[in-house]
Amino acid sequence: MSQAFRIENVGLLNRDKKLSFKFNGTTYFGFEGDTLASALLANGVHLVGRSFKYHRPRGFFGAGVDEPYAVVQLYRNGETEPNIKATEQELFEGLEAKSVNCWPSVNFDIGAINNFLKIFLPAGFYYKTFMWPKSFWYRIYEPFIRKAAGLGVASTKHDNERYEHKYEYCDLLIAGSGPSGLASAYAAAKNGAKVILAEDKPRFGGSLLTSDVNIGNQSGKDWAEGIIAELKTMPNVVVKNRSQIFGYYDHNMLVMSEKVSDHLPETKKYHPNKRLWYIRAKEVLISSGSIERPIVFGNNDTPGVMLSSAAKEYLKVYGVLVGKKPLVFTNNDSGYETAIEFKKHGVDPVVLDSRNNPDSEIIDEAKNLGINIKNSYVVVAAQGYKKVKSADIASISEDKKQLGKIENIQCDCICVSGFWTPTIHLASQSGNKTKFKEEIDAFVPGQSKQNETTLGAANGVFSLEETLKTSFTAGSEISKKITKKDNEVAIPNVVEKKSSQHDKFWCVPLPKGKNYKRFLDFQNDVSVSDVEIALREGYRSIEHVKRYTTLGMATDQGKTSNLNGLQLVSEIENKVVPAVGHTTFRPPYTPVSIGAIVGREVGKHSKPTRKSPMHEWHEKNNAVFVDAGVWLRPRYYKRGNENLFEASKREAKNVRTNVGVCDVTTLGKIDIKGPDAAELLNRVYTNAWLKLPVGKARYGVMLREDGIVMDDGTTTRISENHYHMTTTTAQAANVLSHLEYYLQLVWPELNVNVVSTTEQWAGAAIAGPKSRDLLQKLFPSSDVSNEGLPFMGYIEGDLFGVKARIFRISFSGELAYEVNVESDNGNFMWDKIMKVGDEFKIQPYGTEALSTLRIEMGHVAGSELDGRTIPYDNALEGLVSKKKDFIGKRSLQRSAFIAEDRQRIVGVVPLDKKTSIPEGSHLVKDDKARLPNPKLGHISASCWSVEYDNPFSLAILKDGKNMIGEKLFAMSPLKNKVIPVEIVSSHYVDPKGERVRS
Amino acid sequence: MLYINCPHCGMRSQNEFSYGGDASVKRPELNKEVSDQEWDDFVYNRKSLRGKHLELWQHISGCRQWIKVERDTATHEIFRTFKADEEVA
Ligand SMILES: [Zn+2]
Repeated sequence: MSQAFRIENVGLLNRDKKLSFKFNGTTYFGFEGDTLASALLANGVHLVGRSFKYHRPRGFFGAGVDEPYAVVQLYRNGETEPNIKATEQELFEGLEAKSVNCWPSVNFDIGAINNFLKIFLPAGFYYKTFMWPKSFWYRIYEPFIRKAAGLGVASTKHDNERYEHKYEYCDLLIAGSGPSGLASAYAAAKNGAKVILAEDKPRFGGSLLTSDVNIGNQSGKDWAEGIIAELKTMPNVVVKNRSQIFGYYDHNMLVMSEKVSDHLPETKKYHPNKRLWYIRAKEVLISSGSIERPIVFGNNDTPGVMLSSAAKEYLKVYGVLVGKKPLVFTNNDSGYETAIEFKKHGVDPVVLDSRNNPDSEIIDEAKNLGINIKNSYVVVAAQGYKKVKSADIASISEDKKQLGKIENIQCDCICVSGFWTPTIHLASQSGNKTKFKEEIDAFVPGQSKQNETTLGAANGVFSLEETLKTSFTAGSEISKKITKKDNEVAIPNVVEKKSSQHDKFWCVPLPKGKNYKRFLDFQNDVSVSDVEIALREGYRSIEHVKRYTTLGMATDQGKTSNLNGLQLVSEIENKVVPAVGHTTFRPPYTPVSIGAIVGREVGKHSKPTRKSPMHEWHEKNNAVFVDAGVWLRPRYYKRGNENLFEASKREAKNVRTNVGVCDVTTLGKIDIKGPDAAELLNRVYTNAWLKLPVGKARYGVMLREDGIVMDDGTTTRISENHYHMTTTTAQAANVLSHLEYYLQLVWPELNVNVVSTTEQWAGAAIAGPKSRDLLQKLFPSSDVSNEGLPFMGYIEGDLFGVKARIFRISFSGELAYEVNVESDNGNFMWDKIMKVGDEFKIQPYGTEALSTLRIEMGHVAGSELDGRTIPYDNALEGLVSKKKDFIGKRSLQRSAFIAEDRQRIVGVVPLDKKTSIPEGSHLVKDDKARLPNPKLGHISASCWSVEYDNPFSLAILKDGKNMIGEKLFAMSPLKNKVIPVEIVSSHYVDPKGERVRS
Repeated sequence: MLYINCPHCGMRSQNEFSYGGDASVKRPELNKEVSDQEWDDFVYNRKSLRGKHLELWQHISGCRQWIKVERDTATHEIFRTFKADEEVA
């Protein structure tokens, strides 16, 4: 297909590189340097989608980030991405895109029936129409809306693209590479400042690419190219295109999304798709320019109605005529610039100017070119359904209230200019108190809160000469303060045409008897009448009007609609615009893909994976792993076709009958040294620590200040002033911070140092009646007899030449030891234990068997120490010293904690001795009681007792002390189970604890 | 993201720190008789100020020191930072 609307030799494209692409299944051609929008327009395609609510045909309205309509679904390299602006997406060979918001097709859209039902879809229709009856919502409204509307479909496949995060620091971050960005960047760079200059478009230069100006005897475009080329050679400058600064956060932290690969058919090897930059800047210069705003008139959403600046950009950058019979509708001189460009390229425009008799250099040029200009004329309504075919126009009275006789003129596009709105989003996000500038009818930045300065059009300065002067000066002054260098830069002379004052007029009145839709927000289909309804219904705050009508709430964040919405509210309310105020600008300025935000923290990279030194051995021996915090731990070692239940039962049984070995490297370990170490332990743990001899371990419980158990573990006195503390795997980091808190802030007088040694030691728990025999063979030169190494004893031993620490401690309730060696020797230790243990029928056991063993012994763990229980609840009150003070002790006097019927740990056995009780089940007295059935307690942990070969659970039960022998019900609505149970002692096996001492 | 001046390490991003609450709270001395009210004030009751607030942060991914930070809870402005043992005047 030919590019019928492309003109030869105009624009900044690479005409040597023709690209083919598909839109809604049809193949078209464009050139390298096109956007999807410019390539479609070159082919005369104006219909790109359907509007959100009424499904009216939609075309292109802008040429960049402000585009409210042309949102497409993109297909690239086997992937798909929704919510892509055709005006931003660069063309590449093989690009495929489809319209969104239309079902079944863009040309025949069922949802368009909403357009004829629009009387039923007024402002607040989400809140009103679909409220009743309730059942209709799920069955009818929601499925219908979902099918008929939306901004595309998210891919459900795994995203194979890579996204990076980058942290950067600079002296000056400059947002936007238009005249003010270039001038300030250049001046700052010359002073040696570290500068980052960011441009969201592929090309640098901003308005200089399309304006007819002269800087330092060159065209604006050439001047921009020269500056960029020089900046790129400077080592203190980073220049980035395709990079949008979308968020301004606390303490001058800004976030920028760099599109590294979106303009390519596929991402290059080793390149990311996008890169998210977190930039901490000393100073921020906002040179984000301004966005043209529309004038509101009837059917102003018809495809072919677009911003006059966009028409000019399509022509000057892309060599594309958006129409061959253009009508320009303006209230200021910008429309004339577009008309002049049309005329220069052989197209005759008609200009309608709402002003009476404007006069300026630009207008003179238009007149000299013989352009047909109609003063005091307006477009009343666009005509044509899928494309503008003609326009109803009329003269307008001086007070802009009365329309003259309506005439119809033929045209194929309407280029509209309602003056310029500074892009103040970043300044506003930074906390800047914006102010209303009467002369330009728009808000500009006011008092800065952070180190930010807004320049040029973004600051409401539309003269190039003034922009360059202030920007060179700002770049120079601000950088000087940082670098203490002052290399003066000459400000080039500027030739630009002077323009005249714009007209405050922004909305064409409805002619008598006509009820045209006049849209304010094109993306969310919010019209003048919707805002009128909202105000009639009593909404006053602009924030409420916004939410009720959804004005400015679409993905374009009202870039083209905000100000006109405010104008309307101020007009109806008879208030000035600044009194109405604007809604809050929030990041992101433009939609940012989730992939970029997530970065590399996906899948296995979402958190670190920690493995013990013996991990490979476990892998080779069919371990099935489980996540334990950030650690991977063997859950069980699979033999043959065993399942979890069978394997863990076998492993646990082997511990009870022979000997087992478990990798306990993951336990938190903290080295504590210093003359006051014992005193620290004495204050941190609930029990007494001052008299623990060297070579002895002790079990301890530590509380938070509110009396809740924080953690438990054993601590061993290695030497006079040296202790080795163990914590649970989960609490290791918290316990260290806890100790540091008290040592640094509360008791700085204690002479103690603490440091984490979790990674320094590999640990193996050897448990079972044959563990001593095994230990003796592992450490033939050590006395490991009951007298030589009694329960809670500690010795150092020699493991075939490797230094080892041997603790006689037990979590399984069996005779047990824990051997630690330096991490590098972990594999050596494990190998020896397995080889020497062979004759004692040793088997490795995983966390599942470990749980079984501790549960049937009634030993508490994380499921009981769950941040809601005190020592008594865990039957640990025997460890609470009555004599000394410790962290959290005072809280234990709280009335709830000493109540007679306080909750307490118990054992639970199903009456049928068969049915396992789901963890989390509630214990109730009466399974038939009315809901909500009073809860007496909950099941904290369940296992299959290998000792008794029946299910056994632990529970935290109200008045647990007096409940032994009671019959209750364990109810799990989640698993749909009601199980009659008997309450027994939590010490189900070996209640006197004889085995550990044997 | 806040930019916090660790008195030991210099300017560091907030994600290196963890928050530790009101720095003006003093733990009652050990072994001292404390009324229920005093203890509750220490454990639970906090002011939730709007404005200047002295708070604790731990430079957890840095020097691991607990520091005091004087910060405006509404504007997030940080005025001064102190070492754990520095008296705040
Ligand atoms: Zn630090």
